[in-house]
Amino acid sequence: MSAQVRYADVVAGMLLPSATFRVTREDLVRYAGASGDFNVIHWNQRRAREVGLPDVIAHGMLTMALAARVVTDWAGDPAALVEYSVRFTRPVVVPDDDHGALVEVRAEVTQLLAARRIQVTVTATSAGEKALGQARALVLLG
Amino acid sequence: MVLDQRFVGRTYPPSAPYEVGREKIREFADAIGDPHPAYRDPQAARDLGHPDVLAPPTFPIVLTMRAGQQVVEDPELGLDYSRVVHGEQRFVYDRPVRAGDRLVAVITVESIRAAAGNEIITTRTAVSTVDDQPVVTVWSTLVARGTAASDGGR
Repeated sequence: MSAQVRYADVVAGMLLPSATFRVTREDLVRYAGASGDFNVIHWNQRRAREVGLPDVIAHGMLTMALAARVVTDWAGDPAALVEYSVRFTRPVVVPDDDHGALVEVRAEVTQLLAARRIQVTVTATSAGEKALGQARALVLLG
Repeated sequence: MVLDQRFVGRTYPPSAPYEVGREKIREFADAIGDPHPAYRDPQAARDLGHPDVLAPPTFPIVLTMRAGQQVVEDPELGLDYSRVVHGEQRFVYDRPVRAGDRLVAVITVESIRAAAGNEIITTRTAVSTVDDQPVVTVWSTLVARGTAASDGGR
């Protein structure tokens, strides 16, 4: 593996380039098919409301995948990610329109660790609500 | 519902081998909207020092969800899946999943606890090659919402 960011060039508190991702109903259908997660709350508004949700919600794992982008795009080699964990706090609600929902992802280097590893803390918000909590990545740099 | 603590430590039979294909990886990468060339082009992956195209970091969920069905659908455990939401997720990689891998997932119930009227079950799934080389360990926490909770699901 060959992360394109060098450990020597990184300091704690450094911000990674942030990103905003749009998630539409079409994206949820595509993710359901690719992942095999066909839970109805991700594509059927009637069933989502029956279980007390405001509307169809995105797969938590899709949000987790989007949030990882900020780290892997920065590191260059996706294999630089050696550990990745999140807590799903609030659902990303995806309306039935052409705009969908926006997921804003920010990430910050929070710790320099031994053996060229760093800890990155990630935040993902949608409609002002925190979609992911305690989202952390351990990254092996070059 | 009270989940039986005796399930803690229970390991389920290994999944049938899953053969990771380049086109499945491409499909998954498209579905998460990630254009990284290492997920599609073997040469791009080799340029980064990998033998074949890589799968995105969350790809192992495709295998571990299948293994997880054994737990979720275990009638003895009696988890009420209509009340279940995904609480936490963690991946610890030995190496990335890549095209050509033949992977086996073994799931273990790691903990069962109650909090705020919810039952919380954490599983650990060890994903390795059919030759027993470790690839990734995956922790999933599912929350079975109790009657007191009115929070959303996912």
